[in-house]
Amino acid sequence: MKDTLTTLSDYICNVLIKQPGRSLSAADVLLTSGLIDSFHLVDLATFVEDTFGILIADYELTPATFDTLGQLVELIETRQAR
Amino acid sequence: MKPRTLPQLFLQDAPAQTKTAALTLLRAGQPDLALNRADLISGASDFTRAYHRAGLHPGDVIILIFQHSLDLTLAYWGAILYGLVPSIMPYLTEKLLPDRYRADLAALVAVTRPQAVITYPEFESEVLAALPEGGSVRVVLHSGQVERGGGPASDLFFGLQRQPEDIVLLQHSSGTTGLQKGVALSHQAVLNQLEAYTRALRLNKEDVIVSWLPLYHDMGLIAGYLMPLLTATPLVLLSPFEWVRAPYRLMQAVSKFRGTLTWLPNFAYRFCASKIRDRDLEGVDLSSWRAVINCSEPVRADSHAIFAERFAPYGFNPRALCASYAMAENVFAVTQGGLDAPLTLDEIDRDAFQVERVARPAVPGRPTLIMVSNGRPIEGTEVKVVDNEGRTLAERQVGEIALRSNCMLSEYYHRPDETAKAFRDGWYLTGDLGYLANGELFVSGRKKDIIIVGGKNIHPQDLELLAMEAEGVHPGRVSAFGIYNEDLGTEEVVIAAEVDVPEGPRREEIARQVAAHIARGSAVSVREVYLVSPPWLIKTSSGKTARLANREKYLKEKGLL
Repeated sequence: MKDTLTTLSDYICNVLIKQPGRSLSAADVLLTSGLIDSFHLVDLATFVEDTFGILIADYELTPATFDTLGQLVELIETRQAR
Repeated sequence: MKPRTLPQLFLQDAPAQTKTAALTLLRAGQPDLALNRADLISGASDFTRAYHRAGLHPGDVIILIFQHSLDLTLAYWGAILYGLVPSIMPYLTEKLLPDRYRADLAALVAVTRPQAVITYPEFESEVLAALPEGGSVRVVLHSGQVERGGGPASDLFFGLQRQPEDIVLLQHSSGTTGLQKGVALSHQAVLNQLEAYTRALRLNKEDVIVSWLPLYHDMGLIAGYLMPLLTATPLVLLSPFEWVRAPYRLMQAVSKFRGTLTWLPNFAYRFCASKIRDRDLEGVDLSSWRAVINCSEPVRADSHAIFAERFAPYGFNPRALCASYAMAENVFAVTQGGLDAPLTLDEIDRDAFQVERVARPAVPGRPTLIMVSNGRPIEGTEVKVVDNEGRTLAERQVGEIALRSNCMLSEYYHRPDETAKAFRDGWYLTGDLGYLANGELFVSGRKKDIIIVGGKNIHPQDLELLAMEAEGVHPGRVSAFGIYNEDLGTEEVVIAAEVDVPEGPRREEIARQVAAHIARGSAVSVREVYLVSPPWLIKTSSGKTARLANREKYLKEKGLL
């Protein structure tokens, strides 16, 4: 089974930014870099909920909650552990 | 006496309007905030006093930089009541590079030469850093300096002495120095627009306007802000920042407040239809919506159909699908359609349209295009279609849309050159292409190179300049253009650039750098950075990139044409 980081990286590269073949690392900045457009934040939250069963509220979709891919993985794993 | 200026209209009957909320602000994770007219006047007065104390004079121009908030509203009305000329500038989002934002602000200040800037406390240092020494700006204020709760500042409402022909507000387009234009509108123009447009809308006492649009854009400022507040039509306001993260809030707001009117750019129909989950629509009733008006991007029939289908189970009536052709230079609306009868769909012959530039009704067996009507001109506004020499074209002939009205801009502020260029024999040339059929306007494209992404006008020059700043890309060897994406219902940006690096990982790295640099420098997401080996780009005789020709070449190479 793919780990959380790879699953997210695949989704972001293949579906959101449409650059298949690219892969992201934990240090890659998602939001303040402009890599993920604000129009895709809903998709990302929906994907996280459907895939990992955890909820990220719409008002949490800001760099204050997570900005790098590593921080998003950490957020998901922390909430899964609850 | 009939009000002849915005402050007169805003203050009229104010004491009678204390029972109903004039404005309800919805805020994620916080309770709604409802204000009646008296609350707005009191809150705005605190800003009026601050402007007075700071030594500003009626007629001075003030730039407002705020997030979508109560303070933005109060600072705006405080300015109007004091007689200042307000203009809202977008605030800095975390995505945009502060340096780039400072450059935009400096460019705006250089052209418009405002006397003051007001912002939120945390942003004051950014504003100060962007202002040149010895420039026009005498006063920089932040909302933390405004003393609250002082009640109405009636003795300072110098706005009541402004004349109908005086400029009441500026609307700024985005762009770098050469492109920066502030559309200057008079009290008279705004009131004429409101009179004609409210009639076209059949605006009435039952109406409730729900909007998430940004106030620095004409659609948000006029239709989604000034019109409701000046006509005592209840307004429910969401922030664009929150809407894009939670589009279902629009539907819930319409349901809860029995919203009747909303304006949306074309992409938002697709966005709402595809990104709202059923669970967020539980109990939602959209039957009160009598007009959802498509505006500021080309109107697409398929986007309307998908929206209607998605929300029909929640009471949405497809008769509410409307469209308007609008622009800041005419205050807002030029035409309105869809209220009395469903929007006209015009099926035309594709080849005749593309080759002969004529919108001929479709013939069986030949390829067709479906055009959506933008309706008829509102009262006081005339529309015609002209050729390159300014001659009026017959019905169904495609040319540039020109207009003449009683609500035109006074000027591009401090840009007499641009103002003169925009008019021909008293008619304003819009730069949009289209045709008239049975008195209805169909907009088919643009003469200018502007790319419209999600309702936002983007100048390709700005993106090209950013791309040239990336390592490995050479000045003058970039072309930016828009490609329509059917799934999104809007255009996406493609950057074609010549590089000396052969295909491979290094090229991919350059492409990423270009996309990232553009995203941070303009807040625009690029669909593709298409790197090619020279000579690829097509140039005009004067050496500029021929964007349309490059766009066509790109589409051919991609097998999309």
